[in-house]
Amino acid sequence: MFKTIIVSAFGAGLVVAATLSVVQSVTTEPLLFHAETFEGAEAPAPAAAPHEHANGEAHAHDAAPAEAAAAPAHEHDPDEWSPADGFERTAYTFLANLLMGVAVSAILLGMMTLRGGAINGRTGVLWGVAGFFAAALLPSLGLTPELPGTPAAELEARQLWWLATAAASAIGIALIVFSQSWLLKVAGLVIGVLPHLVGAPVPPSLEAAYPAVLAAEFATASLVVSALLWAGSGVAAGWLYQRLSRAA
Amino acid sequence: MTRSATTSISAGNTQASAQARLVPALFAIGFGLFLFIGTGFAAPSLIHNATHDTRHSLGLPCH
Repeated sequence: MFKTIIVSAFGAGLVVAATLSVVQSVTTEPLLFHAETFEGAEAPAPAAAPHEHANGEAHAHDAAPAEAAAAPAHEHDPDEWSPADGFERTAYTFLANLLMGVAVSAILLGMMTLRGGAINGRTGVLWGVAGFFAAALLPSLGLTPELPGTPAAELEARQLWWLATAAASAIGIALIVFSQSWLLKVAGLVIGVLPHLVGAPVPPSLEAAYPAVLAAEFATASLVVSALLWAGSGVAAGWLYQRLSRAA
Repeated sequence: MTRSATTSISAGNTQASAQARLVPALFAIGFGLFLFIGTGFAAPSLIHNATHDTRHSLGLPCH
Protein backbone atom coordinates (compact mmCIF):
# COMPACT_ATOMS: atom_id res chain seq x y z
CA MET A 1 0.00 0.00 0.00
CA PHE A 2 2.83 2.38 0.93
CA LYS A 3 4.69 1.52 -2.27
CA THR A 4 1.57 2.19 -4.36
CA ILE A 5 1.15 5.55 -2.63
CA ILE A 6 4.76 6.56 -3.28
CA VAL A 7 4.77 5.41 -6.93
CA SER A 8 1.45 7.22 -7.53
CA ALA A 9 2.80 10.33 -5.81
CA PHE A 10 5.89 10.42 -8.03
CA GLY A 11 3.85 9.83 -11.19
CA ALA A 12 1.37 12.54 -10.26
CA GLY A 13 4.20 14.86 -9.18
CA LEU A 14 5.81 14.57 -12.59
CA VAL A 15 2.59 15.47 -14.42
CA VAL A 16 1.86 18.34 -12.04
CA ALA A 17 5.42 19.69 -12.24
CA ALA A 18 5.28 19.76 -16.04
CA THR A 19 1.91 21.52 -15.97
CA LEU A 20 3.03 24.00 -13.32
CA SER A 21 6.26 24.84 -15.14
CA VAL A 22 4.38 25.65 -18.34
CA VAL A 23 1.76 27.74 -16.53
CA GLN A 24 4.39 29.54 -14.42
CA SER A 25 6.42 30.39 -17.51
CA VAL A 26 3.55 32.53 -18.82
CA THR A 27 2.08 33.77 -15.51
CA THR A 28 4.25 34.07 -12.39
CA GLU A 29 7.74 33.90 -13.94
CA PRO A 30 7.46 37.03 -16.14
CA LEU A 31 6.08 38.94 -13.12
CA LEU A 32 8.94 37.68 -10.89
CA PHE A 33 11.54 38.73 -13.45
CA HIS A 34 9.87 42.09 -13.89
CA ALA A 35 9.78 42.72 -10.13
CA GLU A 36 13.42 41.68 -9.78
CA THR A 37 14.47 44.53 -12.07
CA PHE A 38 13.29 46.87 -9.30
CA GLU A 39 15.03 44.94 -6.52
CA GLY A 40 17.85 46.89 -4.94
CA ALA A 41 16.28 50.09 -6.16
CA GLU A 42 15.15 52.24 -3.26
CA ALA A 43 11.52 51.51 -2.51
CA PRO A 44 9.58 54.76 -2.44
CA ALA A 45 11.00 56.65 -5.39
CA PRO A 46 8.12 58.97 -6.22
CA ALA A 47 10.02 60.68 -9.00
CA ALA A 48 10.74 57.40 -10.76
CA ALA A 49 7.31 55.93 -10.19
CA PRO A 50 5.48 57.57 -13.10
CA HIS A 51 8.13 56.44 -15.58
CA GLU A 52 7.10 52.77 -15.53
CA HIS A 53 8.45 49.75 -17.40
CA ALA A 54 11.42 50.61 -19.65
CA ASN A 55 12.60 53.43 -17.42
CA GLY A 56 12.13 51.26 -14.36
CA GLU A 57 14.67 48.78 -15.71
CA ALA A 58 17.19 51.52 -16.43
CA HIS A 59 16.60 52.83 -12.93
CA ALA A 60 17.37 49.43 -11.43
CA HIS A 61 20.68 49.29 -13.30
CA ASP A 62 21.68 52.73 -12.10
CA ALA A 63 20.94 51.75 -8.55
CA ALA A 64 22.94 48.52 -8.72
CA PRO A 65 26.31 49.88 -7.49
CA ALA A 66 24.61 51.30 -4.41
CA GLU A 67 22.87 47.98 -3.82
CA ALA A 68 25.06 46.82 -0.93
CA ALA A 69 24.40 49.98 1.04
CA ALA A 70 20.74 50.35 0.15
CA ALA A 71 19.83 46.66 0.19
CA PRO A 72 16.79 45.75 2.29
CA ALA A 73 17.23 42.91 4.81
CA HIS A 74 15.84 40.28 2.44
CA GLU A 75 18.27 41.03 -0.38
CA HIS A 76 20.13 38.03 -1.83
CA ASP A 77 23.75 37.61 -0.84
CA PRO A 78 25.65 37.97 -4.13
CA ASP A 79 28.38 35.57 -2.92
CA GLU A 80 25.95 32.71 -2.43
CA TRP A 81 25.34 30.24 -5.21
CA SER A 82 22.08 30.66 -7.04
CA PRO A 83 21.04 29.13 -10.35
CA ALA A 84 22.01 31.22 -13.38
CA ASP A 85 19.12 32.81 -15.25
CA GLY A 86 17.93 30.81 -18.22
CA PHE A 87 18.02 27.03 -18.46
CA GLU A 88 19.61 26.44 -15.05
CA ARG A 89 17.05 28.52 -13.18
CA THR A 90 14.17 26.93 -15.10
CA ALA A 91 15.56 23.44 -14.38
CA TYR A 92 15.79 24.07 -10.64
CA THR A 93 12.30 25.52 -10.61
CA PHE A 94 11.05 22.38 -12.39
CA LEU A 95 12.84 20.24 -9.80
CA ALA A 96 11.28 22.23 -6.95
CA ASN A 97 7.87 21.93 -8.64
CA LEU A 98 8.42 18.17 -8.89
CA LEU A 99 9.23 17.89 -5.18
CA MET A 100 6.16 19.96 -4.32
CA GLY A 101 3.96 17.85 -6.61
CA VAL A 102 5.25 14.60 -5.05
CA ALA A 103 4.88 16.08 -1.55
CA VAL A 104 1.30 17.25 -2.07
CA SER A 105 0.32 13.97 -3.77
CA ALA A 106 1.80 11.91 -0.92
CA ILE A 107 0.06 14.07 1.71
CA LEU A 108 -3.29 13.79 -0.08
CA LEU A 109 -3.02 10.01 -0.64
CA GLY A 110 -1.91 9.54 2.97
CA MET A 111 -4.89 11.52 4.25
CA MET A 112 -7.28 9.62 1.97
CA THR A 113 -5.82 6.29 3.11
CA LEU A 114 -6.15 7.35 6.73
CA ARG A 115 -9.75 8.34 6.20
CA GLY A 116 -10.64 5.16 4.29
CA GLY A 117 -13.13 4.98 1.43
CA ALA A 118 -12.65 5.13 -2.32
CA ILE A 119 -9.49 6.65 -3.77
CA ASN A 120 -9.81 7.74 -7.38
CA GLY A 121 -9.57 10.86 -9.53
CA ARG A 122 -12.96 12.10 -8.39
CA THR A 123 -12.36 11.81 -4.65
CA GLY A 124 -8.77 12.97 -5.22
CA VAL A 125 -9.82 16.27 -6.72
CA LEU A 126 -12.15 16.96 -3.76
CA TRP A 127 -9.28 16.39 -1.31
CA GLY A 128 -7.04 18.49 -3.54
CA VAL A 129 -9.46 21.43 -3.51
CA ALA A 130 -9.73 21.15 0.27
CA GLY A 131 -5.92 21.17 0.42
CA PHE A 132 -5.84 24.29 -1.75
CA PHE A 133 -8.17 26.04 0.71
CA ALA A 134 -6.05 24.95 3.69
CA ALA A 135 -2.56 25.49 2.28
CA ALA A 136 -2.94 28.36 -0.15
CA LEU A 137 -6.23 30.26 -0.22
CA LEU A 138 -6.78 30.77 3.51
CA PRO A 139 -3.11 31.55 4.40
CA SER A 140 -3.05 34.03 1.49
CA LEU A 141 -5.64 36.11 3.31
CA GLY A 142 -3.01 37.04 5.91
CA LEU A 143 0.16 36.67 3.86
CA THR A 144 -0.52 37.78 0.30
CA PRO A 145 1.68 35.98 -2.25
CA GLU A 146 4.68 38.26 -2.57
CA LEU A 147 6.93 39.43 -5.35
CA PRO A 148 10.66 39.71 -4.58
CA GLY A 149 11.35 43.11 -3.03
CA THR A 150 8.12 43.30 -1.03
CA PRO A 151 8.63 44.70 2.48
CA ALA A 152 7.67 41.97 4.93
CA ALA A 153 7.93 40.96 8.56
CA GLU A 154 10.65 38.61 9.78
CA LEU A 155 10.77 35.40 7.73
CA GLU A 156 10.53 32.94 10.65
CA ALA A 157 7.45 34.67 12.03
CA ARG A 158 5.75 34.55 8.65
CA GLN A 159 6.67 30.90 8.06
CA LEU A 160 5.34 30.00 11.51
CA TRP A 161 2.07 31.85 10.91
CA TRP A 162 1.73 30.26 7.47
CA LEU A 163 2.28 26.71 8.75
CA ALA A 164 0.01 27.23 11.77
CA THR A 165 -2.72 28.69 9.54
CA ALA A 166 -2.47 25.81 7.07
CA ALA A 167 -2.67 23.27 9.92
CA ALA A 168 -5.59 25.05 11.62
CA SER A 169 -7.42 25.38 8.30
CA ALA A 170 -6.92 21.67 7.54
CA ILE A 171 -8.21 20.66 10.98
CA GLY A 172 -11.12 23.09 10.65
CA ILE A 173 -12.12 21.82 7.21
CA ALA A 174 -11.85 18.18 8.34
CA LEU A 175 -14.09 18.84 11.36
CA ILE A 176 -16.65 20.72 9.27
CA VAL A 177 -16.74 18.08 6.52
CA PHE A 178 -16.42 14.83 8.47
CA SER A 179 -17.79 15.28 11.97
CA GLN A 180 -21.38 14.28 12.69
CA SER A 181 -22.00 16.65 15.54
CA TRP A 182 -22.87 20.29 14.98
CA LEU A 183 -20.83 21.26 18.00
CA LEU A 184 -17.67 19.86 16.39
CA LYS A 185 -18.52 21.56 13.10
CA VAL A 186 -18.75 24.90 14.88
CA ALA A 187 -15.47 24.10 16.66
CA GLY A 188 -13.94 23.49 13.22
CA LEU A 189 -15.12 26.87 12.03
CA VAL A 190 -13.64 28.57 15.10
CA ILE A 191 -10.30 26.77 14.65
CA GLY A 192 -10.22 27.80 10.99
CA VAL A 193 -10.93 31.46 11.78
CA LEU A 194 -8.61 31.69 14.79
CA PRO A 195 -5.31 32.39 12.95
CA HIS A 196 -6.96 35.33 11.19
CA LEU A 197 -8.15 36.75 14.50
CA VAL A 198 -4.61 36.44 15.86
CA GLY A 199 -3.42 38.06 12.65
CA ALA A 200 -0.42 37.53 10.38
CA PRO A 201 2.92 39.27 11.05
CA VAL A 202 2.58 42.86 9.84
CA PRO A 203 5.02 44.21 7.20
CA PRO A 204 7.13 47.19 8.33
CA SER A 205 5.98 49.28 5.39
CA LEU A 206 3.56 49.09 2.49
CA GLU A 207 5.87 50.70 -0.04
CA ALA A 208 7.47 48.66 -2.81
CA ALA A 209 9.70 49.69 -5.67
CA TYR A 210 7.65 47.88 -8.33
CA PRO A 211 4.31 49.11 -9.73
CA ALA A 212 1.30 48.14 -7.58
CA VAL A 213 -0.53 46.42 -10.42
CA LEU A 214 2.36 43.96 -10.72
CA ALA A 215 1.67 42.77 -7.15
CA ALA A 216 -2.05 42.38 -7.81
CA GLU A 217 -1.41 40.38 -10.97
CA PHE A 218 1.09 38.22 -9.12
CA ALA A 219 -1.24 37.46 -6.19
CA THR A 220 -3.92 36.19 -8.57
CA ALA A 221 -1.47 34.25 -10.74
CA SER A 222 0.05 32.65 -7.64
CA LEU A 223 -3.34 31.45 -6.39
CA VAL A 224 -4.07 29.94 -9.80
CA VAL A 225 -0.72 28.09 -9.70
CA SER A 226 -1.48 26.83 -6.17
CA ALA A 227 -4.94 25.68 -7.22
CA LEU A 228 -3.39 23.74 -10.10
CA LEU A 229 -0.81 22.19 -7.77
CA TRP A 230 -3.38 20.94 -5.25
CA ALA A 231 -6.29 20.04 -7.51
CA GLY A 232 -3.94 18.60 -10.16
CA SER A 233 -2.08 16.50 -7.59
CA GLY A 234 -5.39 15.26 -6.18
CA VAL A 235 -6.87 14.17 -9.48
CA ALA A 236 -3.64 12.69 -10.88
CA ALA A 237 -2.59 10.90 -7.68
CA GLY A 238 -6.10 9.55 -7.03
CA TRP A 239 -6.44 8.28 -10.59
CA LEU A 240 -2.98 6.67 -10.61
CA TYR A 241 -3.48 5.09 -7.19
CA GLN A 242 -6.73 3.51 -8.33
CA ARG A 243 -5.11 2.13 -11.50
CA LEU A 244 -2.05 0.78 -9.70
CA SER A 245 -3.90 -0.81 -6.78
CA ARG A 246 -6.32 -2.49 -9.20
CA ALA A 247 -3.39 -3.93 -11.15
CA ALA A 248 -1.61 -5.12 -7.99
CA MET B 1 -25.09 -17.38 17.54
CA THR B 2 -23.80 -17.72 13.98
CA ARG B 3 -24.83 -14.21 13.21
CA SER B 4 -23.03 -12.76 16.22
CA ALA B 5 -19.88 -14.72 15.31
CA THR B 6 -20.00 -13.35 11.75
CA THR B 7 -20.54 -9.84 13.05
CA SER B 8 -17.59 -10.04 15.38
CA ILE B 9 -15.37 -11.43 12.60
CA SER B 10 -16.28 -8.65 10.17
CA ALA B 11 -15.86 -6.07 12.90
CA GLY B 12 -12.46 -7.58 13.59
CA ASN B 13 -11.58 -7.36 9.89
CA THR B 14 -12.58 -3.72 9.69
CA GLN B 15 -10.46 -2.96 12.69
CA ALA B 16 -7.54 -4.92 11.26
CA SER B 17 -7.78 -3.12 7.90
CA ALA B 18 -7.97 0.25 9.66
CA GLN B 19 -4.82 -0.69 11.54
CA ALA B 20 -3.19 -1.93 8.34
CA ARG B 21 -3.98 1.42 6.70
CA LEU B 22 -2.68 3.49 9.59
CA VAL B 23 1.04 2.84 9.19
CA PRO B 24 1.36 3.44 5.41
CA ALA B 25 -0.97 6.45 5.70
CA LEU B 26 1.12 8.09 8.41
CA PHE B 27 4.37 7.30 6.59
CA ALA B 28 2.99 8.85 3.39
CA ILE B 29 1.85 11.98 5.22
CA GLY B 30 5.20 12.23 7.01
CA PHE B 31 7.13 11.78 3.77
CA GLY B 32 4.97 14.40 2.05
CA LEU B 33 5.32 16.92 4.86
CA PHE B 34 9.10 16.38 4.94
CA LEU B 35 9.34 17.12 1.20
CA PHE B 36 6.91 20.04 1.41
CA ILE B 37 8.75 21.75 4.26
CA GLY B 38 12.16 20.91 2.82
CA THR B 39 11.27 22.45 -0.53
CA GLY B 40 9.07 25.30 0.63
CA PHE B 41 10.49 26.36 3.99
CA ALA B 42 14.05 25.10 4.58
CA ALA B 43 16.35 27.94 5.63
CA PRO B 44 19.76 27.08 4.04
CA SER B 45 20.35 29.65 1.33
CA LEU B 46 21.37 27.05 -1.27
CA ILE B 47 17.96 25.38 -0.92
CA HIS B 48 16.29 28.78 -0.83
CA ASN B 49 17.99 29.94 -4.02
CA ALA B 50 17.26 26.72 -5.89
CA THR B 51 13.57 26.74 -4.94
CA HIS B 52 13.14 30.54 -4.98
CA ASP B 53 10.75 30.86 -7.93
CA THR B 54 8.60 27.91 -6.83
CA ARG B 55 8.25 29.34 -3.31
CA HIS B 56 7.19 32.71 -4.66
CA SER B 57 4.80 31.32 -7.23
CA LEU B 58 3.06 29.20 -4.57
CA GLY B 59 2.71 32.18 -2.24
CA LEU B 60 4.99 30.69 0.45
CA PRO B 61 6.86 33.13 2.72
CA CYS B 62 10.23 33.80 1.07
CA HIS B 63 13.29 35.99 1.82
